Amino acid sequence: MNFIVCLKQVPETESVKIDKKTGTLIRAGVKGIINPYDLYALEAALRLKETYGGQITVISMGPPQTEEALREAISYGADKAILLSDRLFAGADTLATSYTLAQAIKKIDNFDLVLCGKEAIDGNTAQVGPELAQRLSLPYITYVHKIKIENGKVIAERSLEDGCQTLTSSLPALMTVVKEIGQVRLPSIRGKMQAKKAHISTWGAKDIFAIEEKIGFTGSATRVIKIFSPPLREGREIISGTADEQVRKLLGHLQSQGILK
Amino acid sequence: MIYPLTEEQQMIKETARRLAKERIVPRRTELDEKEEFPWDILKEMAELDLFGIFIPEAYGGLGFGCFENALAVEEIAWGCAGMATTYAASGLAAYPILLFGNEEQKTKYLSEIAKGHKLAAFALSESQAGSDASAIQTTATANGNYYILNGIKQWITGGGEADVYIVIAVTDKQKGTRGVSAFIVEKGDPGLSFGKKERKMGIRASVTREVILGDCRIPKERLIGREGIGFIIAMRTLDYSRPGVGAIGVGLAQGALDEAVKYAKQRYQFGQPIISFQAVGHMLAEMATQIEAARALVYAVCRYIDAKAKDFSKYSAMSKLFASDMAMKVTTDAVQILGGCGYTKDYPVEKMMRDAKILQIYEGTNQIQRNILAQALNKEYGKV
Repeated sequence: MNFIVCLKQVPETESVKIDKKTGTLIRAGVKGIINPYDLYALEAALRLKETYGGQITVISMGPPQTEEALREAISYGADKAILLSDRLFAGADTLATSYTLAQAIKKIDNFDLVLCGKEAIDGNTAQVGPELAQRLSLPYITYVHKIKIENGKVIAERSLEDGCQTLTSSLPALMTVVKEIGQVRLPSIRGKMQAKKAHISTWGAKDIFAIEEKIGFTGSATRVIKIFSPPLREGREIISGTADEQVRKLLGHLQSQGILK
Repeated sequence: MIYPLTEEQQMIKETARRLAKERIVPRRTELDEKEEFPWDILKEMAELDLFGIFIPEAYGGLGFGCFENALAVEEIAWGCAGMATTYAASGLAAYPILLFGNEEQKTKYLSEIAKGHKLAAFALSESQAGSDASAIQTTATANGNYYILNGIKQWITGGGEADVYIVIAVTDKQKGTRGVSAFIVEKGDPGLSFGKKERKMGIRASVTREVILGDCRIPKERLIGREGIGFIIAMRTLDYSRPGVGAIGVGLAQGALDEAVKYAKQRYQFGQPIISFQAVGHMLAEMATQIEAARALVYAVCRYIDAKAKDFSKYSAMSKLFASDMAMKVTTDAVQILGGCGYTKDYPVEKMMRDAKILQIYEGTNQIQRNILAQALNKEYGKV
């Protein structure tokens, strides 16, 4: 079976800076880590590979330093890695990102399952996985915590707020996974040695036949206007007492502040 | 750290460290309390390629040396000395096969040990033969295509859990230490059984049992080398493994120091963090210096061994002696620095102090190490 795992290198939370012009994160020079949920996606792929055999290709769109993240993915056990890097990819929102990834996956062509983490810890939109599936016309299942493959179909259990849902899908398909998929293994010594030697291809916009209007900042439908920490609210008050007393006090507050007449 | 490491050495160290930090530290208190054998952690160690570090690539190992092995042992000991003992003991037992085994034996056993599929144990000591290893009474009698072994080995690390046992037994009583031979005994061989698990003061994640040989019948191909060199095999094996014990001491002590400094920085008394008091600061300074000195000695001895040194018994003894005495002192001081808290099981240092004690006892007591050193010096300086 051929697995594709989509990976994003995200900034380590302590050292993040924002480009005041575009409102996006300045990624260059900041220590990057593999988005934790993408590690879970990779772990899911590794377990499936152990059970059903196959190959894992990891892909990632990012600046040149993203190559470290791809090498790290190889040290965990991924077989092949492709970096999508081009100045034109920069500043992409989820729409442009999913377009770019989709173009790359179309070029890879031969795959059974695409695995993504449920969301990135820097953007937290959780949009790329589903958008990617739409662009590739793949059935997709999100928030998956268990995957089984039987008779050429994939059976996935997903986590809902109030329970579990089991779905069956034909292949190829796309899944986004949650951390309950299983504990991420540690990279082995041999894995690290292989990662060091591995050749990682870099594909630019031309390599994936990307239409310039659809990638990067220009291909983005949304703009980050501002990134800010919400101001700490001051003057909080906890209203106590019986339900009646609380209601009376609250009404009093709202009236005295002119919110209610 | 002040030692330049190659990329591969870095990889080995990091892998062991991550395992220690993410898998061992969260479980060490529980493993210590329950005296449980940590099969799941050992399985993961195997998957991380930690078992074959010094075993040649031809036999499925990574083909590195004593130094790289010490790097891994040190980091694992930083997590838990009990786990490190279990890990290092299996390596120790691979040495007789590696150094003296024939091609068949090496092919059969080393790759299984390197992959972590089989644990090995080294069985020399007996109740009447501890420091006086030459007093062993376990016998191996040739019988056609077999040897029949009889005797009881004591204090065997991994006893009952390991699959492969290196048993040192007397084949010719008349010849004294020249009448001793080394054998490979496997779990499942008829006549092999195990005593009860010892309830120990420390290294409780390591299992120690008697290994009982009651007319234990093994094929004669299990003899390592030839009859009569068993004692040499045992002593040589210990020469290779003693720096490993030193590495356990270094890692254990480092873990204790880390806890002590962290604590001293945030414990306030008399309006200041206690690290700012000279009494405490000086203790920490001594601890750190002693650890670094022990590390330097262990690393130097390992590199000397890896450079194919011929005669290194003296240096092996030094690395074990110094690092184990140091670890006992440092862990004791760590408990002192953590004070009342250090004395409770809620903090990791009392376990570290309990763990450290065995380092001065096993693999040759520190009194024996001093004997070895004195004899070596005597020999070295020749006739005066």
